[in-house]
Amino acid sequence: MRAAHFCESCGKVQPPAPSNYFAFFGLPLKLNVDIAALEKDFYALSRKLHPDLSAGSGSNEKEQEWSLEQSSMLNDAYRTLKDPIKRTQYLLHLEGVELEEQSKTATEKARASGEVKKQIVPPDLLEEVFELNMHLEELRMNKKIGDDDPALFEEIGKAKLSLEAKHEALLHELQAYWKEWDGLIDRGAEAFAAERAQVRDKMVDVLNRRNYIRNLVRDVNEAIEN
Amino acid sequence: MATDRIVGIDLGTTNSLVAFMQGETPVVIPGDDGLNLLPSVVALDANNHPVVGNAARTALIDSPERAVYSIKRLMGRGSEDIQEELKLFPFHLADDLQAGEVLRITLGDKTFTPPEISALILRQLKRNAERYFGEAVTKAVITVPAYFNDAQRQATKDAGRIAGLEVLRLVNEPTAASLAYGLDKKQNGIVAVYDLGGGTFDISILKLHDGIFEVIATNGDTHLGGDDIDNLLITIALDDIRGDLGVDLRRNAEAVQAIRKAVIDTKIALSSQGTIKLDIELPGGQHYRREITREQYEQLIQPVIDRTVGPCKQAMKDAGLKPEQIDEVVLVGGSTRIPKVRALVKELFRREPHTDLNPDEVVALGAAVQANILGGGSEATENMLLLDVTPLSLGIEVAGGVTDKIILRNSTIPASATQHYTTQIDGQTNVAIHVLQGERELATDCRSLARFDLKGIPPMAAGIPRVEVKFLIDANGILHVSAREQRSGKEAEIQVQPSYGLTDEQVEGMILDSFDNAEEDFRKRQLIEARAETSTILTALEKGKKSAAWGTLTTDEKKQIAKMEKSLAAVNAQEDYQAIRKAIDALNQGTTRLAELMMDTAVSTALKGKNMDDTDLGEGPTPPHPMAPPEFQ
Repeated sequence: MRAAHFCESCGKVQPPAPSNYFAFFGLPLKLNVDIAALEKDFYALSRKLHPDLSAGSGSNEKEQEWSLEQSSMLNDAYRTLKDPIKRTQYLLHLEGVELEEQSKTATEKARASGEVKKQIVPPDLLEEVFELNMHLEELRMNKKIGDDDPALFEEIGKAKLSLEAKHEALLHELQAYWKEWDGLIDRGAEAFAAERAQVRDKMVDVLNRRNYIRNLVRDVNEAIEN
Repeated sequence: MATDRIVGIDLGTTNSLVAFMQGETPVVIPGDDGLNLLPSVVALDANNHPVVGNAARTALIDSPERAVYSIKRLMGRGSEDIQEELKLFPFHLADDLQAGEVLRITLGDKTFTPPEISALILRQLKRNAERYFGEAVTKAVITVPAYFNDAQRQATKDAGRIAGLEVLRLVNEPTAASLAYGLDKKQNGIVAVYDLGGGTFDISILKLHDGIFEVIATNGDTHLGGDDIDNLLITIALDDIRGDLGVDLRRNAEAVQAIRKAVIDTKIALSSQGTIKLDIELPGGQHYRREITREQYEQLIQPVIDRTVGPCKQAMKDAGLKPEQIDEVVLVGGSTRIPKVRALVKELFRREPHTDLNPDEVVALGAAVQANILGGGSEATENMLLLDVTPLSLGIEVAGGVTDKIILRNSTIPASATQHYTTQIDGQTNVAIHVLQGERELATDCRSLARFDLKGIPPMAAGIPRVEVKFLIDANGILHVSAREQRSGKEAEIQVQPSYGLTDEQVEGMILDSFDNAEEDFRKRQLIEARAETSTILTALEKGKKSAAWGTLTTDEKKQIAKMEKSLAAVNAQEDYQAIRKAIDALNQGTTRLAELMMDTAVSTALKGKNMDDTDLGEGPTPPHPMAPPEFQ
């Protein structure tokens, strides 16, 4: 599967063929990945593709260029596939879902117009978020007038812990969807387009909710520290 | 081409070294003074010829306006961001320096850019290596602090080129140190390298696995090192002197350098002694005397050392590791000899640091290992591979003056990112991109790397062109940019305006020895040096003939020596430097016994009246052959 990286007969590095990160490692488009095996493959491929090792051995400029491109792709691929969230986002990207892009364009639009970017609150968190925001407002006001309310701190601390637990739980939920997805791929995904779309959408939803919580926890930390 | 010699060079703030792989072990190549360390000091002598190393150090005190040290602090930097440096170091910027121009400093009545000064140091190391091998050296691996940004790295590469070296790879200093360590230990595990040198601090965390050296995270401070400790002590001494003796010597360059030298000697002594008596002679004959204990010294320097804690904690955080998960801590850099630093490292990482390797030499040795990996040399390095990271996030300035990060810090290199741009106005043929390095949100808080102008975009309606720009950080940690307009498939021309660097043309114009004449120049130089050595050994022999020891030689021995002397004189008149060297070696061999006899007389004279018990002969340096070139004229 990886023969495209180098010539079968002379072993020299080849020009990079357009490929996705999973194919680069000879992996199917499945979300459960054996991380130990991935690392081993990464090291093995590094030994073959890294510019340092093809530097002296009489390689010409073109080969050096390909080596540079191949190894940068290798590093990007490894970095992406190694991390559970990045891996999921990447797969969704391959499926045509532009999570990062949507968020980025929205952020840029907001910056350009000076507006605050709209955040959609996940419905199951509405009450919690509302209460927390009230507490944070109170905290900010207290700080302004130099007031200190330990009970308030405790409330906020508890809320933060609750959010962090939810953040953790969402990862497990995501992993359950991975299993579903991988199952569909095993069964020959083309026939199950509708099911695939469903699992895909559920994963997008989990990632959005997780992101929202992460941003909220960051805001809480900032408010507490300042 | 396995015979192509590639050397490893540590271009340090305080000292520089050159090393190579001798068989299966890396070894430092000494200078012609027999020393492994070359002080990174450059001066101009009375004839405006550059002098590098120990000879230049003397110039620092005698004629400070003709000498410069710690030039590494100015590499890849602009005049606006060296204001702190200018306050603490006697760098004199050229009077006619324009805004936006590459920095130039004055030495005597000449001006030099920092890469040119560094090139003089590199050239000296190159010559030391050539003298050692007896052949030309044109390829090198040079080390840089891991936390060096793009401009600083480019400046280092430029310096290599100016010195006549093809820089095959820039290697991060802590990573190089880990190579030397790994070659030595051959163990898998997680290693932290704490590198506190003369001017920079780096902390790198690596995973060593079956010959792969993978950097997981790196952090540091490019304005933190032994120099800062020195400056703190110098300031205190100057304040003290003003208080005690009523004299303000801050503007007196010679006095400051004399104090600096004393402060450095004191600092080094306090690593092994509990108290030191300082006694500096000031201009005008007054003396500044003070007794310093190690405790007092440690208290004074604590704030400087404490600055290393933040980067260490951040690196561990970025690596996702706790101190307990780190297997080994390796110390690099002369400043790690300070007991307080070792104590701090022990506390931070909850273990005794590894101190087997010479902290002054380990980086150069590691560079030699990397040179060997690139050259495909020894069996020892066959399975070794370095996977390093970029220390700073790479970003693009976008609307609102904000930085959009496209390659994150601690990404394994080579690394790339692709961005798409389009035009705002109908028929627009250029797009300007501002690239930055750093972790902050606002572009103004990050380091400007360069402005790229993409030209030659086919004129179309606004918003239609799709320019794909590829940012690639290569294995040296240096950025390359390429662009293509996707609809027409046309490669966009990129004009780079580096924010702090030299253009290719400028570097070309500065190259010290032209490559074409390298061979010829090399031979000429070797001949000159060989003849100089002949003159020295013949002079020493004349001296030897007048000594008491000469009388004790047999007639045969005297005849042998006379024969070799005649042979050397004959060969010296000819053009074969290798034959001259052979004749010198033969004469050296032939006069070994004479030398020993002269040595014995000298020692016995010196020891007259002293008891063996109260003479601590200790482990001093091997005395030079008395017939060898004298160290002081």
